[in-house]
Amino acid sequence: MARKVAIVGTGQTDHKARRRDVNIGELIHEAVGRCLEDARMTIDQIDAVLIGNMEHFEGNFYVDMQMVDYTGACMKHALKITTGGTSGSSVAQAGFYHVASGHFDTVLAIGWEKQSDGDTTAGLIFQADPWYERPTMSGAIGTFALAACMYMEKYGITEEQAARVAVKNRTHACRNPHAHLKLSLTIEDVLNSRVLAHPIKLLDMCPASDGACALIFAGEDLAPKLAPQPAWVKAAVSRHDQPFNGDLPMLDQMRTLTAAAKEAYRIAGIIDPFREIDVAEIYEPCSFAELAWTEALGFCGWGEGGRLVESGATSLGGRLPVNPSGGVLSTNPIGATAMIRVAEAAIQIMGKAGERQVPDVRTAVSTGFGGSWWSDVMILSRSKP
Amino acid sequence: MQDANETILFEESLQVPYRYSAGSTVSRFFREIRDHRRIMAIRCDRCRKVYVPPRSVCGRCFSRLEDWVELTGAATVASFSFVHYAEPMFPHPPPLCYALLRLDGSDGGLVHLLGEVDQDQVRVGLRVEPVFAEEPKGTILDIRYFKPLR
Amino acid sequence: MIRNPDPEPLLDITVQKSYPYRYSTGQLGTFFFRELRDHGKIYGRHCPGCGAVYVPPRPVCGPCWKATDRWVEVGPEGVLEAFTVVHFSFLDPMTGKPRPVPYGYGFIRLDGATSRIQHFLNETDQTRLRIGLRVRAKLKEERVGKLTDIEYFEIL
Repeated sequence: MARKVAIVGTGQTDHKARRRDVNIGELIHEAVGRCLEDARMTIDQIDAVLIGNMEHFEGNFYVDMQMVDYTGACMKHALKITTGGTSGSSVAQAGFYHVASGHFDTVLAIGWEKQSDGDTTAGLIFQADPWYERPTMSGAIGTFALAACMYMEKYGITEEQAARVAVKNRTHACRNPHAHLKLSLTIEDVLNSRVLAHPIKLLDMCPASDGACALIFAGEDLAPKLAPQPAWVKAAVSRHDQPFNGDLPMLDQMRTLTAAAKEAYRIAGIIDPFREIDVAEIYEPCSFAELAWTEALGFCGWGEGGRLVESGATSLGGRLPVNPSGGVLSTNPIGATAMIRVAEAAIQIMGKAGERQVPDVRTAVSTGFGGSWWSDVMILSRSKP
Repeated sequence: MQDANETILFEESLQVPYRYSAGSTVSRFFREIRDHRRIMAIRCDRCRKVYVPPRSVCGRCFSRLEDWVELTGAATVASFSFVHYAEPMFPHPPPLCYALLRLDGSDGGLVHLLGEVDQDQVRVGLRVEPVFAEEPKGTILDIRYFKPLR
Repeated sequence: MIRNPDPEPLLDITVQKSYPYRYSTGQLGTFFFRELRDHGKIYGRHCPGCGAVYVPPRPVCGPCWKATDRWVEVGPEGVLEAFTVVHFSFLDPMTGKPRPVPYGYGFIRLDGATSRIQHFLNETDQTRLRIGLRVRAKLKEERVGKLTDIEYFEIL
């Protein structure tokens, strides 16, 4: 029988466009050091180390081996997990399952990316199927442009509604000391920004960042001793889908997120997500994605994501704040990004979110996204499940 | 289903540029080789280990490392192999000799090339010293190879 | 021992990596690309479980977990189901150079197919593109057995 698990510490670097002052190992070590400090633990208390990133960005395929000095994995159980955009949340989910299995009492989970060491779009194109998709692939931007085109056509979603997400999240980021971009924007700024691939404009899209994030998972006996308020894991679910962009509805009624959320809610006993969830960290590579995925998470009906953001409910101070951290639109070291969603959800539960703290958080949800269109969903709670 | 003799192959060469930040510790290692023809190691006091290549964290005790040690560059061959085939990634055409070199004064070693030496001269225990490149670039090949100590 | 080293200047190590590959396309891919190359025809693969006709072809239908059982000729015309005009230039790892922009790009559901393929469009004026337009594959005169044997889809 699986045992209960909680997150007892988190750590992140201060994310930037380029961290020239550190190499890959040192970047990782910074997040690890901060996480151990947050949990008030030493590396000797860690039983296992899990690490992941999206490897083509650095062309480094052996991080688990090469960075042992920096991750603390010396003579320990260690695994690398790499699942594209979901790498950070896959590593987090694996951290949960390692401890839940009963075989490990404490697990350090690390997600990282040093985007400035490589070329982001070239790395993304590498990831596409060489026969059928790579010749025409146009980066994440091109793919999201096509997805947004279909989504807008079906429901009448507007660029203004998407722009509201961009403004909201960048405003939230101003309260997050770790965020890469801290911008004061208006809707006009977003609408007038350079068109990358219609309808995606520069300010609709996430940046590329250098950054790392770490989490410590502990079993139910240890967790209350390590953290005054652990973030208990109620559900950790992932769903995959067919491989080609053309097989899927993409943004609209995204199959994997809808299914993963449904299963996670079932496990966690959540019937009415909009009422029962207090904060959400959604992995939103572009503004349109957050609109569509508030729908997939059941915060509103299909096609109503635009009206939801217009209502203010998903802003800090609203009924269900989405991405109080600033989201992916503000910070995006891809291998860390999905783990930062989990970390920020945990920080909210733990009451450590400072100026971005949502009051009285009992239940938080985080999502991870990977091309092509698979999803991770994790539900965290203030109380032990 | 189809002509069993033909399987279509798709040949492609993907070009991706990388620019790795070395960080301050590794930068110093390469600068010392490039500018001063000095091989430097870094010491962990707690573990009493001297690491080459250097790193900023000791993997065993997890402390930050800051104490540098200048090595003489002299080394002992711990293991070697002669390579007789060509690969585009190799630093030069065959034959080339790879060796694991234990650098005097350190607990680590470098895998590097041996040069100015005949195949029958190389043995475990051979004493060697570095030969530096005329036009260094800030990479490990600023040491061209190690040659027998005279 | 030397303490407190001067951390500057910081070094970068630049590497241009070349990843050479020679992909085997497998049995279904070989048929698909041979038909495209030699006869200018596009084929999809049929699932006996759900009736889907897949382009790109695959031996198993993911949702049904059944082996696909036969080839179905599809296209060369179809419907444009999503579109954009790409304005940002990026380093194309297939050429090692920036990709020329602007260019049209979209999803096309070929007549007879269930899934869509993504390809280039011969239109760079966003205002002239809309979902639902009929399009046709424009084939190259000299074909080699690659997806780019279709040069682009032209708006009809």
